[in-house]
Amino acid sequence: MPVLDYRLGIDVGGTNTDAVILDRSDQVLAKAKVPTTPDVTSGIVAALDAVISSPAVDAARITHAMLGTTHATNAVLERRRLHRVAVIRIGAPATLGVRPMFEWPADLTAMVSAGAVVVRGGIEFDGRDLSPFDGDAVARFLATVAGRCDGVAITSVFAPVSARHELLAAEIVKRELGEVHVSLSHEVGSVGLLERENATILNAALVGVAGDVARALDRALAAHSLEPVTFFAQNDGTLMALDHALRYPVLTIGSGPANSIRGAAFLTGRTDALVADVGGTSTDVGVLVNGFPRESSQGVEIGGIRTNFRMPDLVTIALGGGTVLSGPDGDGNGRGGNDAVRLGPESVGYRLLDEALIFGGRTPTLTDAAVAIGRTRLGDPALTRPRRGLLEAAARAADVRLAEAIDRVKTARGDLTLIAVGGGSVLIPDELPGVSEVLRPDHFDAANAIGAAIASVSGQVDRIFHFGPGGRKAALDEASAEARDHAVAAGADPDTVQVVELEEIPLAYLTSPAVRIRAKAAGALGGLHAPAPTG
Amino acid sequence: MRRPLDEPALRALARGCAVLGTGGGGDPRIGLLLALQSLEEVGPTELVDLDDLPDDALIMPCGMVGAPTVHIEKIENGGEGAVLREHLERVTGREVAALMPAEIGGSNGLLPLCWAGRMGLPVVDADGMGRAFPLIPQVTMHLAGIDPNPGVMTDERGNVLVFRAVSGEWMERLERSAAVEFGGAGAATEYPMTVAQARDATVLGTFTLAIRIGDALTSAVGDPIAALLAVTCGYPLMSGKVTDVERRTTKGFVRGSVVIEGLGDDAGRLLRLEIQNENLVALEQGTVLASVPDLITVLDSETADAIATERVRYGQRVTVIAMPCAPIWRSEFGLRMAGPRAFGYDFDYVPVEELAGASA
Repeated sequence: MPVLDYRLGIDVGGTNTDAVILDRSDQVLAKAKVPTTPDVTSGIVAALDAVISSPAVDAARITHAMLGTTHATNAVLERRRLHRVAVIRIGAPATLGVRPMFEWPADLTAMVSAGAVVVRGGIEFDGRDLSPFDGDAVARFLATVAGRCDGVAITSVFAPVSARHELLAAEIVKRELGEVHVSLSHEVGSVGLLERENATILNAALVGVAGDVARALDRALAAHSLEPVTFFAQNDGTLMALDHALRYPVLTIGSGPANSIRGAAFLTGRTDALVADVGGTSTDVGVLVNGFPRESSQGVEIGGIRTNFRMPDLVTIALGGGTVLSGPDGDGNGRGGNDAVRLGPESVGYRLLDEALIFGGRTPTLTDAAVAIGRTRLGDPALTRPRRGLLEAAARAADVRLAEAIDRVKTARGDLTLIAVGGGSVLIPDELPGVSEVLRPDHFDAANAIGAAIASVSGQVDRIFHFGPGGRKAALDEASAEARDHAVAAGADPDTVQVVELEEIPLAYLTSPAVRIRAKAAGALGGLHAPAPTG
Repeated sequence: MRRPLDEPALRALARGCAVLGTGGGGDPRIGLLLALQSLEEVGPTELVDLDDLPDDALIMPCGMVGAPTVHIEKIENGGEGAVLREHLERVTGREVAALMPAEIGGSNGLLPLCWAGRMGLPVVDADGMGRAFPLIPQVTMHLAGIDPNPGVMTDERGNVLVFRAVSGEWMERLERSAAVEFGGAGAATEYPMTVAQARDATVLGTFTLAIRIGDALTSAVGDPIAALLAVTCGYPLMSGKVTDVERRTTKGFVRGSVVIEGLGDDAGRLLRLEIQNENLVALEQGTVLASVPDLITVLDSETADAIATERVRYGQRVTVIAMPCAPIWRSEFGLRMAGPRAFGYDFDYVPVEELAGASA
């Protein structure tokens, strides 16, 4: 790995694609914001071109490139370029009552599934075999899909307790089909068979998309004669090396909000705070805990499919800089009545510069409201005067919704610091209920791309442990050690790896002591720091 | 009246079972998926009234015993009910005419549907709780003096245990241990009974009620929670925001409390919920607003979906409601099995209707 010099960070949002270049001491040398394009890739290329052409940047010094992209989400939503997947579940004679992909939309199943089978095997919650693994059944199934599938998704009952049957099945796939992609559920999701299976199938289906993005980024960089080491941002706010991202593309889903939260942490030096990322169409309010986004314990739906992989715990409201306002103009003294004002959910998006009142357009937006009440100076404030009643009422209504979103995302009472980032964060008032102070760091509008550029590398464990002779402490130690090992394997510098999250979830209605432990360790990218002196 | 359960009915039923689960009993989702696949493969399961069956017909109460966490991973194969039936028939020498959930609340309310449908048997419109409770003898059959024997338990592999227990409490101990050996959960039947016995030993009409609850939540014009209360003769206790959650697990049971701060019309009020897997007691300033065996459910104020105790968290906007339990639970024996003192609380039960009347 090359010695670190400049880092390029790119993040694709719903409205804009942002790019930044940081130097070795993490100073922002250049930043660029371009509209996100329907194909995503050309927006990335445009952002890249814009930031590299900045006179402050000697592009040849870019040694690392980090990309946070929405390609994977879009591919699922738009049913584009998905691979055909052979689906293997290991769990018979259990689980037969709900077949693989039972709840999937029919068109997506038709596009993705090359066939599915449930074979005997699987694990019990206490680590025993549910039934003996039936490798012959796996081989017979593979014979029926050979030549018709691009990848294989393998999910065993209680793989989070032991992955041994998934690993056996993977060996058979290699023997029977050769070097075809294999997704294993224990590497993708946590407890909850159907959701983990869904995430694993989606992962296998997205492998081609990840390859396309990687090649497009490579081409764009090569056009500038650049060959940096490339990384993908994942949904916990950390990075994956390119080869890892090509194997686990599903983990890139949700990386945008995670990048913003990490960027907010970096720009303010805070490790614990609330973060509001205001974009053009929506606002994500998340929580920074110990330097990382707090993760949701509930599953997320992607294109109508329930999954359970880790995502930042967010409250998202449909309010952004481009949010379209409608309603009566009141009496001109701001007494329009909040109830009468409608905020979105439509947004003018990146057309803000053409459509907002302050820029001579005809559509009242939340940005106009922020200008009208003096929260920011932008465009021509005089153009807001005729709609002043509406704009003032809208600003008040937006503050109420923001305050409620902030309250909902908290896990305990007490005032917290709020870090305001994103292009639309001028909407956020200086005082809000439940907020002790509002921080507005420099480069707030590029926090997401900065978050991608400065991200670290992590490893996770989420499985069920049984208390042995060492009791609870031994189980926690084991989980922590595993998380560290995973982080190092993913490319983290061993000297900087720390456990950043450790959570126990007891299992109810069960008398034997078992506990689900989630642990995460993270460290700086290997090679970014000088090796520790030895001897 | 015989009624085939189609997809809308099953989906409504799942929402209703979550409400009747009073925070416990497990997520009905897997049970719903099992029922939907069974519907697709073998057609609808039929819901029948006791009056549709001969007095001497045998009813098999059934459900899963064990950890809901196991159930979301090691999903049933759909044939467990057939194994229970085969062995119950072999031991009793009698034919099973219909299945019944031992517990309508939570995941166990839906499980018997796929089992019954795949055997071509109906499910009776009744259950053994009218809600969710943690223990096997906390059923109305126990209160009515029905013999818990023979108990039968099986797993997805086809291992079978037949139990002869000296009491319902022993049935609980034995089946709970067996569930651990089976891998954390097992399918079980206890308290087999005839239709004639079931008339006084079950909570009648609970499927119909659960479906009506689901329909009310899904298609109410206006306020779904008001529609739900109308269907269940329930009372709103308070609407507000969760401001404190405290949970711990001892001996396999989740215990704890939740504090909810009133909002809107309830501003200034504080409600405290005591939890042991299910929501057991609602208190305000030391005064009991409702308690077991009456039903206390926490609903999402926006979606009106029931929130399970393990999913309650700070900041949620919730509405707490209480619904009267089946009258049989209010008998002396019923309260001894499932009243406040049965769960370790030092106060006497007062029906929610009286408590709500006193505070109104």
